Amino acid sequence: MSRALSGRDAVSRALTRALAAGAHSADASLVESDAIEARVRGDEIDFVKQSRQRVLGIRAFVAGPGGLRTALTSTSDLAGDTIDRMTDETVALARATAPDAAAGLPADGFAAEVPELGLCAEQDRHVAVEARIADARRAEAAAREVDPRISNSEGTSVDSSFHRIVYGNTTGFSGEYPSASHSLFSEPLAQEGGARQRDWWMTAARRLDALEDPASVGRRAAERALRRLGARRVPTCEVPVVFEPRVARSLLGHLATCVSGSTVYRGASYLAGRLGESVASELVTVIDDGRLPGALGSRPFDAEGQPTRRTELVARGRLESYLLDSYCARKLGLRSTGSAAGGAGGAPAPAPTNLWLEPGALSPEEIVRRTERGLLVTELIGMGFNPVTGDYSRGAAGLWIEGGRVRFPVEEITIAGQLDEMLAAIDMVGSDLEWLGSMAAPTVRVARMTVAGA
Amino acid sequence: MNRSTAPEGPVAFFRERFGVDDRALERTLGAALERQIDAADLFFEYSTNDQVALEEGIVKSGDRHVEQGVGVRVQAGERQGYAHSDEITLESLSLAATTARAISERSAPASAVAVRAAGAPSRDLYPIATDPTDVPALQKVRLLEEIDVYARARDPRVQQVMASILTQQRHVLVADSDGTCVGDTRPLVRLNVQVIAQDASGRRREMGYQGMGGRYDLARLLDPTAWKPLVDEAVRIALLNLEAVACPAGSCDVVLGPGWPGILLHEAIGHGLEGDFNRKKTSAFSDRLGQRVAAPGVTVVDDGTLPGRRGSLNVDDEGTPSQRTVLIEDGVLVGYLQDRLNARLMGMKPTGNGRRESYEHLPMPRMTNTFMLAGRDDPAEIVRSVPRGIYAVSFGGGQVDITSGKFVFSANEAYRIESGRIGAPVKGAMLIGNGPDVLTRVSRIGSDLRLDEGVGTCGKDGQSVPVGVGLPTLRIDGLTVGGTET
Repeated sequence: MSRALSGRDAVSRALTRALAAGAHSADASLVESDAIEARVRGDEIDFVKQSRQRVLGIRAFVAGPGGLRTALTSTSDLAGDTIDRMTDETVALARATAPDAAAGLPADGFAAEVPELGLCAEQDRHVAVEARIADARRAEAAAREVDPRISNSEGTSVDSSFHRIVYGNTTGFSGEYPSASHSLFSEPLAQEGGARQRDWWMTAARRLDALEDPASVGRRAAERALRRLGARRVPTCEVPVVFEPRVARSLLGHLATCVSGSTVYRGASYLAGRLGESVASELVTVIDDGRLPGALGSRPFDAEGQPTRRTELVARGRLESYLLDSYCARKLGLRSTGSAAGGAGGAPAPAPTNLWLEPGALSPEEIVRRTERGLLVTELIGMGFNPVTGDYSRGAAGLWIEGGRVRFPVEEITIAGQLDEMLAAIDMVGSDLEWLGSMAAPTVRVARMTVAGA
Repeated sequence: MNRSTAPEGPVAFFRERFGVDDRALERTLGAALERQIDAADLFFEYSTNDQVALEEGIVKSGDRHVEQGVGVRVQAGERQGYAHSDEITLESLSLAATTARAISERSAPASAVAVRAAGAPSRDLYPIATDPTDVPALQKVRLLEEIDVYARARDPRVQQVMASILTQQRHVLVADSDGTCVGDTRPLVRLNVQVIAQDASGRRREMGYQGMGGRYDLARLLDPTAWKPLVDEAVRIALLNLEAVACPAGSCDVVLGPGWPGILLHEAIGHGLEGDFNRKKTSAFSDRLGQRVAAPGVTVVDDGTLPGRRGSLNVDDEGTPSQRTVLIEDGVLVGYLQDRLNARLMGMKPTGNGRRESYEHLPMPRMTNTFMLAGRDDPAEIVRSVPRGIYAVSFGGGQVDITSGKFVFSANEAYRIESGRIGAPVKGAMLIGNGPDVLTRVSRIGSDLRLDEGVGTCGKDGQSVPVGVGLPTLRIDGLTVGGTET
């Protein structure tokens, strides 16, 4: 078999071939990844994994009446003749689709420079899997040292991955950048009598030296599992609901779905047509920034080669912007926010980069103290959110608050409301902004929600 | 395009395309066996995934994704070493074997593997006339355009139609150090229709979704007798939701309709019975074999051998033939779902449930098609038996906390039951329960077992695999419904 082409050669071969096959324009991206991964339970290695992967994505546009026809393909076989064949197939497939007036490459320029954002540390490339396994063992040991009731676990997983992203299009733009990510995820079990509870904590970063200490991750995970022992149900009621930072992030995730241009132009978001209106309490300011140095969501340019930037989505409760790529921007008569995400082979669609809710002035302890009777949510399960209507209903576990103090753990309950009303009802925002991956939120209190239980 | 469906079988497919012959397999497995290990296996994959999607009345894009690669696994005690590569060459195989075997520090006396190429599995649960990824894109485009016109003509309140056709052809080959060598060619097709409807005032918008699919010829989906009822359903659900009232909150009696509500079994029971969680004793069902976990009359099985179903497999991703495994028999827990590693460590037999998303992943015990056998009760009578409760007939997704046993699943078509009669439709709500006891509260089992339409995808540890579920009409006493109305 013929030899695989590397990085820029593969991208430029696809672009040249697309034009030769009759495409109006095209773009291509290549993602190369090398990764190590392992999981440890107690002192024992569960698995060790090593991988190398490359994917080339090709997007071709073919001129049609009133617009461009689009197709996308991807392949992990980078032999020159395969690239040629896949590119020809892409152009042929595009001819089968309908012309779309909004389709095409961005028309308002590409990233002029590729800023160094600290997405990969050179010295980390030499990390041995044994060193990461040692990290995982430390987290497991630290979790078990917290309390004799921690004697089992689902394990601690670690991974380190290194990527190179190459993007080019037929206007002549091309760019590339390296990135890396490292993580450690620990999930211990607490046992007492016949009852078992699990919980987790994790750390993730672009650089190994930016990870939280493994022992601290293990301890926090263990403490979280322990405090769930003895959980019970509470009667159905309407009360204030306090979201811990880890679960408050999920509210941001729902908001991100509803401000994404692709749900907005389809009318599949309850926030369609609400630009400039109040969509949350005045305590709520939400920012997306693709250029925070060293952050997990940062990248110098988006999946269409446009520069990333800082975008204020919600300012003191007012909807200021949607998240847009060039297609959604054209559909909505707006400008792209450089939010195209997709990697190799996926159709670009707007997505957040680094997204956070601006912290407020109250400590989380103060928020609990000011809650006479309510629920502190520490975990949510199930996908009970409807972006078209904002209807929200999810399974929850957490801690019950009575008289401004945490009293006992609760489980097998649900919390329900409507996202529009929930965001408007946010009456306290904590000072404890906490990053996890590329999203961050502080503790948040929603003044009133329905808790369903016994 | 010249991509033969390799009538001579998946073994020949990989030999011809990548030069993977018996000698290459034996040499790679032999390299792994230079250390003291319990087993080694190779997993080859070549997949084509196509998607054609319509929105706003036009097919805006077509996608094709081709994935190929090989994974080499070595097992030593509880340890697994895994290395995978997207290059299927002798060099990459040898490198992967050396990497994977590093989990065992001790070397072993040289031993040879004799691969017995079984070729294709002894049965074919999904014979097809045409590789679904060979069906011309234009044929799919035409159908989607027809669906759009048809859906909009159903009702003027239909505002948006999103429809897509997904086709997949997956060739896999497994070679194990015990000499097993077996391949499988797995077609998978799916049609999705999503409709957004808006009421006359323009103030309320709601969504309706319906899909179907399986391991069969795409021609079956292209037939109007298949897709028209499906579009009708999506439109009906969107319009119904425009009328839905707030769902009650709290504990009440719930009647689940037949078919897709079987997701209850998948979340509440199935995951908790996967071998890995039980070997590690992290499941709420650990050490409970032989105990009563459901009401008398409740029998739950996992069956990977149903012809043409989305969750079915000729052989699993470790080469073990799929089978029918009884999990709960007349209310008593009798079986777990096993892959080779966990079966070996627990002293049990593999059940053909070792599955993986792709060559990039280690196999794990996973469900195939999981359902409850039919009972004797008349479905209409079951609804009439409930004084006040919820009748839920269609669901979105679900999730479970394996350890505490708490699970949720969200209804997207449900009604109030008042004095034994089906009342107003209610807005989608989450149902929450406790896996180890929810089935002990089953009080009626309908005679109308039905399997789902073939759209289920199960996620575990970041890996997605297609699955099926099924249920007869079922009454459960006292389940918590997560509505807003107190």
